Amino acid sequence: MTDVVMPQMGESIVEGTLTKWLKKAGDHVERDEPLFEISTDKVDTEIPSPAAGTLREVLVEEGKTVGINTVVARIDEAGGNGVGAAAPAAKPAAAPPPQPVQAQAPAPPAPAAEAAPPPPVQAQSPAPQTVAPAPAPDSEPVEPAGPLSPLVRKMARENNIDLSQVKGTGAGGRITKQDLEAYLAQQQAPRAPSPAPPAQKPAAAPAPPAQAPRAYVPPAAPSTAKVRVEPMSTMRQKIAEHMVMSQRTSAHVTTIHRVDMTNVAKVRDRQKADFQTRYGLSLTYLPFVVRATVEALRTYPIVNASIEGTNILYYNEINIGIAVALENGLIVPVIRNADEKNVLGLQRAIVDLAARARSRQLKPDEVQGGTFSITNFGSYGSMMATPVINQPQVAILGVGAVTKEPVVIADAIAIRSMCYISLTFDHRLIDGALADQFTAKVKSVLESWSEEVL
Amino acid sequence: MRSCEWRDLGRMGYGEAFEQQRALVEQRKHAEIPDQFLIVEHPPTITLGRNGHIDNLLAREELLERAGIAFHHTDRGGDITYHGPGQIVGYPILDLREWKRDVAAYVRAMEQVIINALSDFSLAGERVPGMTGVWVDGAKIAAIGVHISRWVTSHGFALNVTTDLSYFQYIVPCGLVKPVTSMAALGVMAQRQDVIERLVVHFGRVFDFEMAGELVYD
Repeated sequence: MTDVVMPQMGESIVEGTLTKWLKKAGDHVERDEPLFEISTDKVDTEIPSPAAGTLREVLVEEGKTVGINTVVARIDEAGGNGVGAAAPAAKPAAAPPPQPVQAQAPAPPAPAAEAAPPPPVQAQSPAPQTVAPAPAPDSEPVEPAGPLSPLVRKMARENNIDLSQVKGTGAGGRITKQDLEAYLAQQQAPRAPSPAPPAQKPAAAPAPPAQAPRAYVPPAAPSTAKVRVEPMSTMRQKIAEHMVMSQRTSAHVTTIHRVDMTNVAKVRDRQKADFQTRYGLSLTYLPFVVRATVEALRTYPIVNASIEGTNILYYNEINIGIAVALENGLIVPVIRNADEKNVLGLQRAIVDLAARARSRQLKPDEVQGGTFSITNFGSYGSMMATPVINQPQVAILGVGAVTKEPVVIADAIAIRSMCYISLTFDHRLIDGALADQFTAKVKSVLESWSEEVL
Repeated sequence: MRSCEWRDLGRMGYGEAFEQQRALVEQRKHAEIPDQFLIVEHPPTITLGRNGHIDNLLAREELLERAGIAFHHTDRGGDITYHGPGQIVGYPILDLREWKRDVAAYVRAMEQVIINALSDFSLAGERVPGMTGVWVDGAKIAAIGVHISRWVTSHGFALNVTTDLSYFQYIVPCGLVKPVTSMAALGVMAQRQDVIERLVVHFGRVFDFEMAGELVYD
């Protein structure tokens, strides 16, 4: 008699539901012939018979959920057609795929029976705190407290994590997947800011060119004044480098247009509450500006480009970086394929990226690949500013605060919601006329806003 | 690196796609072909998994017929679901012995592929413990149902891109009384081929495959 058991279908799986017997008691079955089906976590699996013979007893009926290694049936090989004798109980070694028959002993689960192949070597774990950092060619990092799950090992390997640096919070100080994720997030956060933040600070704005900022090299140790010395954060250094590099690279020129946002303001006021209840997002002006910018970029693709040597690279994607102010710096996460999003999609992306930028959870590729940038200094009250281009892009759009102003329309004075938008462009590639056409396009889309947002 | 062939079959009836899968599964079992990743779009179809409950079908079969919806019993895991235009259906035919003999890990990996692809469109897909599939803000955007025979997989996932969600009124998706959603409903106007491209890229990364195939569109 061969016992047929509920196979273990995966490391974390402790039970399975027997959904269907494909043979009845008394039926003859060939070895490897599908015998029954089980269901675990949306996966249906056919389990082949571990032996040839007659299905003598069916011990678990359809629909029942049993633990792994539970005997679900017995096969009588003697009753089979001779071949059966070849496969006596204990030797399912090279057995049928899903390692079903686990010998009788409810001994250690799967890996034992399986010979060499892929299954993660679990028994090996007690490797006592070896110090050798890279033992096997596989370079498994040092094994810290407790056994590690194959998942953790794999994550560590893939992300090149030295496990001795990770604090385990699982049972007995064991390192869990969450620990690794937390560790990774922590590692990545400081690295994220590196790519290309654009300038935005209104403070740095109206610096008259004559001022020759480079002349003001601060004295290394100001002799008399009392100072406190504090090293710059990595992010600060990167921003500093990037700003100066940008100023040195591009011929910055800024043009400013005044936009009547009244139509947008109306749409926004009308739908704000609904938007909030339906999507849990507040509706700001920014996604409207992004949407309008996308339209303008489509019309004037040269603004969605870079200079490389003496070539112009036109980007086929519109990936818009949105400057996000952080406590001690700024970062420009990118809305990829912004042209594929409507106001809702853009608002969602802006909120998501900004929140994760502030909690330092952006993935590296979320701050790369921008083809144009927008900075919303209006949210801090600035009316207009001259942003610095986010290299290697060729322009950046700044958005000032939206305020109600008296405006002359048809020789009458009206109260309208107004704002200034400024485009800083690289005069090496873009001339003033085109820059103004581009900005006028953004303005006209905003002023004649017609798209529904809900 | 292991390689996986992928193909977009375009619009194809459920039955025909099922036969194709079955043939490929047989070939895969005999190691005649490498792993496969089929992508397809079905006309409106409701399918009921082996363990599904017919009471989760909220309309009688005749009514479905009148609404132009095909109905199939099928051998994947999971309960009832809807397939239709605007949905990207992925059928990986993989020999899990060459990856991991772990059906749960397989399902989690498939979720990861979808989550990663969604994040390229700024959507935060997530898992809900105990409820296989991918969710955005509590609504289901992708369903998963798998069949395995000798560690070779068939069936797979269905991701709603621009799916007309009103069809879900005929069923209780996967027996769950939870809302369904689509990328379009979440404000992402993505093109089908762009989403497919991202899915293929992430499929390769998650399963550690070199993906062989190309995007061919008229």
